[in-house]
Amino acid sequence: MSEQSVVRVGRVTKTFPRGDVTALQDIDLELAPREFVSLIGPSGCGKSTLLRVIGDLIEPTHGSVTINGKSARQARNDGDYGIVFQDSVLFDWRTVAKNIALPLEMLGWERQRRRQRVAEMLDLVELTAFAEHHPWQLSGGMQQRVSIARALAFEPALLLMDEPFGALDEMTRERLNLELLAIWEKTGSTVAFVTHSISEAVFLSGRVVVMSPRPGRIAGAVDVDLPYPRTVETREAPRFFELVTQVRELLRQRGEHLLPEEEAVLE
Amino acid sequence: MTAKAALASLVEWLPALVVAAVVIGLWQGLIVAFHVQQFLLPKPTSIASTFWSDRHELWPAGWYTMKEALGGFAIGSGLGILAATFVSRFKTLGTALMPIFIAANAVPIIAFAPIADAWFNPFSPHSKMAIAAVLCFLPVMVNTLRGLQSARPRQIELMRSYAASELMIWRRVRIPTALPFVFTALKIASVLAMIGAIVGEYFGGATTALGVLINSDSQIFQFTKAWAGIVVASLLGMALYLAVATAERAIVRWSPQLRGS
Repeated sequence: MSEQSVVRVGRVTKTFPRGDVTALQDIDLELAPREFVSLIGPSGCGKSTLLRVIGDLIEPTHGSVTINGKSARQARNDGDYGIVFQDSVLFDWRTVAKNIALPLEMLGWERQRRRQRVAEMLDLVELTAFAEHHPWQLSGGMQQRVSIARALAFEPALLLMDEPFGALDEMTRERLNLELLAIWEKTGSTVAFVTHSISEAVFLSGRVVVMSPRPGRIAGAVDVDLPYPRTVETREAPRFFELVTQVRELLRQRGEHLLPEEEAVLE
Repeated sequence: MTAKAALASLVEWLPALVVAAVVIGLWQGLIVAFHVQQFLLPKPTSIASTFWSDRHELWPAGWYTMKEALGGFAIGSGLGILAATFVSRFKTLGTALMPIFIAANAVPIIAFAPIADAWFNPFSPHSKMAIAAVLCFLPVMVNTLRGLQSARPRQIELMRSYAASELMIWRRVRIPTALPFVFTALKIASVLAMIGAIVGEYFGGATTALGVLINSDSQIFQFTKAWAGIVVASLLGMALYLAVATAERAIVRWSPQLRGS
């Protein structure tokens, strides 16, 4: 990679003392600028843990994480990344506009500058008409769009997404996939996207990283050579199905030979 | 309020008003029909006329007791909120104190009324404030604590992703989450404060107090006046409750529960 990586995860291991669980083992991962990478794997493979280690919300037991050449701690303090969770994690007592403004408040932006940026973000996610609504007055899909707008409001170089569309119905999910790609192309952020949907991972990403469980490790990666911008037709292209099959095979191979019992013996 | 909104709120209150009118009507009618003795249950009309004729004695007594209740409410609720804040901030303190608080909750605090009278001057309002404060403390403390502990872990995680300090997390997450719980507790406490003050006065107090008045009037068989005193106490208790509920509506405007949707 000629350009400097946005995220560099080096030999990261995470064990939880309770129950002596090895959530992650020897993870190496690099994300190039503007890259869209999905992490996929069965539940318990540590993909969400890996995302939190990158965000310095969980400390790794061994190994190092650098973001934009800085330590993960420094990057968090500098506001280098935005994060989106599976549930939108909006604050009921704040209006939509105030929810989006939250990270800007934390960064100490002036009121005028905040208001301007919030207006831009509302425009981006097409929720201008709902600025003064409270989160519970919106549908699940709209709430998640607010959450994305909030994560992008301060233009972080890196966007961490933990199954952001996992709780939505298929139709809403596919529409938001398209919207997310459009936003990504406009903002030029690097995205680490956790999902358990194979088609979603292939549709969105430039690279799909497949993880296997207990202990969580990287089983392999599939480069997705479908051209951007991707459209509704992309999902119907023969190449799309080939790649979906490739990811599925990789998931299945790893799932078969890595039985939890074997792993326990190996440790 | 527009005319339409006024009409809407009248319609909302109508069933309650009708039920109240029917109950009072039945009360009056049954007493007349069965010749119930005055000392067992006076007629609503005689209570109303005493309520009016003795208003110069009843209302100052009510206000005197109300001040005791207000003082106890403020002290008890204030200490309850403070204690909850400390207990949720310092976990070890919480594990040491919570079982004791919960055990204390089972003690019938009212039984301490004569003792509070002995500790403080029984003729000063302070002894009644103490009883009211003790009654208010626990529900406020327990509810506030639950509220402070109800912040969703994801919300805290999000704040940490912004490198938020503990103080910022309190201000922007824990306190707003706790507010609906606190107001529920304050509404309970507002009623308890009035009960505490009046029960405290039953064990002695200034002759200008409502509880003393109700107690002595029943002893000299002036039941109609005792009932009028009870009406005053109820009205003041409701006023305090409504004041808290109004504050809640103003402060927790965003709550989906209060908006009814």
